Amino acid sequence: MPKMNLSHFETALLFALITSIVLGVVTKRTDRDRLLYGVYTFVCFLIALFSIGWAMRLGHG
Amino acid sequence: MAKQTDPRQQPGPPVGQWLSAVALGWLIPGGGHFLLKRTGRGMLLLASVTVMFIFGLMMRGAMFHPESGDLLTTLINTGGFVGDVCSGLLYLLSAWFGYNTPDMPGAVHDYGTKFLVTAGLLNILAMVDAYEIAIGRKD
Repeated sequence: MPKMNLSHFETALLFALITSIVLGVVTKRTDRDRLLYGVYTFVCFLIALFSIGWAMRLGHG
Repeated sequence: MAKQTDPRQQPGPPVGQWLSAVALGWLIPGGGHFLLKRTGRGMLLLASVTVMFIFGLMMRGAMFHPESGDLLTTLINTGGFVGDVCSGLLYLLSAWFGYNTPDMPGAVHDYGTKFLVTAGLLNILAMVDAYEIAIGRKD
């Protein structure tokens, strides 16, 4: 199996995407709600990703 | 006066109603949804969990094995093992084909380990969803 080398950002993005899809599928009751919740979760992941990333960068100086 | 029963004391749904969907959902991610005729959602779950697991393998993530020791070691390794096993057939196939990457330092390997565990955890969510559909609590 080929070895995959991704950056932190790419990996976190991939993780966020897949997790958001599953959370959207299993959480809500209608397709529209599922889609909206999946997008909402993905955006939350992105906000957390950038916030924590910048916090770590500023914390390290 | 009518006697009210505590909902917590009501018997759960019969095992035969949900066992096959949950068991198939464990073995094949999304399998419970396929059995319950929710093909579209089953496909999404199958693709998501499988892609997550395969990316974990391609990043050379480590599989957890139950270990005893101090509380944190036991908790992390046993919890990680449960997460890995919950991927069902994906985990069994990788074990049968001899996948056994040691825990190595490096961000990519570490992400891979998390991807492998998360695939199993997402499959648990899918199994819970299949259970709720099977007992009629969800559409």
